[in-house]
Amino acid sequence: MKAKKMSPSTASVITAFVGVAALMVVFSIMNPNFIKPDSVMALLRSIVPFLLVGIGQAYVCITGNIDLSIGSVLGMSTMISATMMCNGSDPWSASLVALVCCMAIGFVNGILVGKWKMPPFIATLGTMTIGRGIAQLANNNYNTGSIGSDPGAQGFKDLFYYGDFLGIYSGVWIAIIIWAVFYYILAYTRTGRHIYAIGSNVDAARLSGVNVFTATCKAYLVSAFCSYITGLIVMAQSGMGSMDAGMTYEMYAVAAAVIGGVSTLGGSGSLVGVIAGAAVWAVLQSGLTFAHVPVAYRNIIIGIIVIVCVLIDVIRRTGGLKKKPKKAAA
Amino acid sequence: MSEFAVRMENVNKSFPGVKALDNVKLHVRPGEVMALLGENGAGKSTLVKILSGVYTRDSGDLEILGTKIEGDLNTTEAQKLGVAIIHQELNMCQHLTVANNMFLGREIVKGGRLDSAEMNRQAVAQLAKLGIHDIDPDTIVGDLPVGRQQMVEIAKALLLDAKILVMDEPSSSLSNAEIEEMFRIVKELRDQGRSIIYISHRLEELHHIVDSVTIMRDGQYITEGKFTDFTMPQIIANMVGREITNQFPRDEVPRGKKAFEVKDLHAGKAVKGVNFEAYEGEVLGFAGLVGAGRTETMRAIFGADPKDSGTIILDGKELQIDNPIQAIRQGIVLAPEDRKRDGLCTKLSIRDNIALPNLDLICDSATGTVNKRKEKDMVDKGEKSLTIKMANAEVEAGSLSGGNQQKIVVAKWLARDSRVIIFDEPTRGIDVAAKVEIYELINDLKKSGHVVIVVSSELPEVMGISDRILVMCNGRITGEVDAREADEQLIMTHATKFGSND
Repeated sequence: MKAKKMSPSTASVITAFVGVAALMVVFSIMNPNFIKPDSVMALLRSIVPFLLVGIGQAYVCITGNIDLSIGSVLGMSTMISATMMCNGSDPWSASLVALVCCMAIGFVNGILVGKWKMPPFIATLGTMTIGRGIAQLANNNYNTGSIGSDPGAQGFKDLFYYGDFLGIYSGVWIAIIIWAVFYYILAYTRTGRHIYAIGSNVDAARLSGVNVFTATCKAYLVSAFCSYITGLIVMAQSGMGSMDAGMTYEMYAVAAAVIGGVSTLGGSGSLVGVIAGAAVWAVLQSGLTFAHVPVAYRNIIIGIIVIVCVLIDVIRRTGGLKKKPKKAAA
Repeated sequence: MSEFAVRMENVNKSFPGVKALDNVKLHVRPGEVMALLGENGAGKSTLVKILSGVYTRDSGDLEILGTKIEGDLNTTEAQKLGVAIIHQELNMCQHLTVANNMFLGREIVKGGRLDSAEMNRQAVAQLAKLGIHDIDPDTIVGDLPVGRQQMVEIAKALLLDAKILVMDEPSSSLSNAEIEEMFRIVKELRDQGRSIIYISHRLEELHHIVDSVTIMRDGQYITEGKFTDFTMPQIIANMVGREITNQFPRDEVPRGKKAFEVKDLHAGKAVKGVNFEAYEGEVLGFAGLVGAGRTETMRAIFGADPKDSGTIILDGKELQIDNPIQAIRQGIVLAPEDRKRDGLCTKLSIRDNIALPNLDLICDSATGTVNKRKEKDMVDKGEKSLTIKMANAEVEAGSLSGGNQQKIVVAKWLARDSRVIIFDEPTRGIDVAAKVEIYELINDLKKSGHVVIVVSSELPEVMGISDRILVMCNGRITGEVDAREADEQLIMTHATKFGSND
């Protein structure tokens, strides 16, 4: 019995990667164009938004909480930066103002949940609605026009979406850098340990000298930051601000984190799995498009696959559906 | 039908990597209370879980009330045969009423509607059979004291006419009065011809109720017999496999200078003006009844709960402590009472748990990056000084036995050089050998000039390990006794000085 027992989260990370590989194979057989270099590059680029919001949600989930404001923060980032650039601001100050607003939402989430102990589902449901309102307010309840293509605006679009370096799109590079930084923080620093500890047992963590508010707040700030960057990428792609940008992204984020083995109950998971979780999502979207599946069927298929992914995980964790550990009645 | 209510022969059970049960046998007669004894990890829980159908055995014979069980037994079948377990952590829906809990899963329905009146009537009748007349079936279970909740759970088991009751550490969270009530009921159940399998680490209470004993060690059956045929040292020797000569080793050290002082501490309703001093080279014990305010006092000192007023002085310096972070930085640490709730992150590894409060010592101060080498040294040191039994430091803390979990809680605080170390119920629910190791560690801390405070509800322990004992009652210190001269009666006299209730 020398084989080390694999932890459930390691196992789900592996399952998720195997799942991605299997989907790739299936779609390539269905349509060989799917694995042409160009399509693969485009696929990588389409993973980026899911990966970024997934990183943020993973941080929050590991603390044992949830962040429903992700989509709205994304929308705020898009609308605030686009509105300002349309009104003549340079991209830098527009991005900076958007950053401050987005981080403010993250901070409010941190205070509501970490300090005032509100249930995270309700607290972030509130900030989600507020955030969407701010996004709508940014340009007086209208989508913005195009941010144009003067050198500043073009530079912005290239930096976040259209440019490339060493043959890889700039958005992908941004995602790689952000992933690496947050992976390091979570796996190798004191902040990361505190985040796992409060997710595992908040009372024990507090009595061990962990500042629960600070750690919770950091997780929500990471989530807000990731949504903010995703918002800029979405804006750069379309060249305008849409008030609906980021709608339902908080759910994509939950899916990416959970498929990647992050427990919604807190205390376990890693960012490695989130890559696979985001990839499953993006591969399905693009693969089904290649296979000419109508949008309505696409949604149904994706929904079913998400449920199956989570089901497989549940079965592995509990050792089967029928043999759930029953409590002996007393 | 054989003479036994439960007969298990040559039972084997393996989990990945461990043989939990190795040819174990268990014989329980009708109408007797049998103590199932052994250290943590001896296999007692596994054995009773096989009996109640939670686990399935790999091989071996199982006979319950004359019915030979072929193949696997599941929990529903076990229940039907009359096996019930009263768990250490009670299995109750805290927000539901007494009657709702008792009829959970087998509600009485009349015409598609719940028949609450009938369920309440039966609940009251069942409780009355146990001699309990003061529990209203409409009370919310969470509002009852733990002792009463246990009664409800027993009544629930009897509703199914359980013939074999397994009680797992039933007394560990009860007050003395509640324990007496529980003993009365256990005796009554025995006199009705039911069998009770009683699992407890509190060996000193066994003589009140136990008829026979079965002793296990390391997954093996060691011996069985009538309780009166054994002496206590024989029982302990059988449990640990060696003679423990001194259950409470207390090293005599000359008392040093006054180091720690608490003045007029008030915190909520539970702590009403606590004053005490502690010295280097002594272990200061805190005794008292459950609810006397000892745990609350320690939590207030440590900053875990807010305090209303009071002064804390360490080495002549007044300390400002509003939260545990400040307490830890200034050299005061607390190993809390309930290790699963407050002491450990059970899903994290041993390594993470030991490092958690000490990250300031092992992280690069500029970047906050954990220094893996320093961390490994710290964990290795803790493992060695406390002989934590583990495969490796990456194992989940929650998968270890109670004794080893407690050692991790202690190890994480010993890794930093603190002045005042407070142990709240340091040996609750852990086995004799691990207890002695913790006591020896407390002695070492005393010898090296630390201020050691031990809160314990077990009088033999607090008398055996402390040098000086403070007794609390109703939020105040009501007496001080020299542990060498103390007897249980003296302490209990102090512990019941309720005085004026303001």
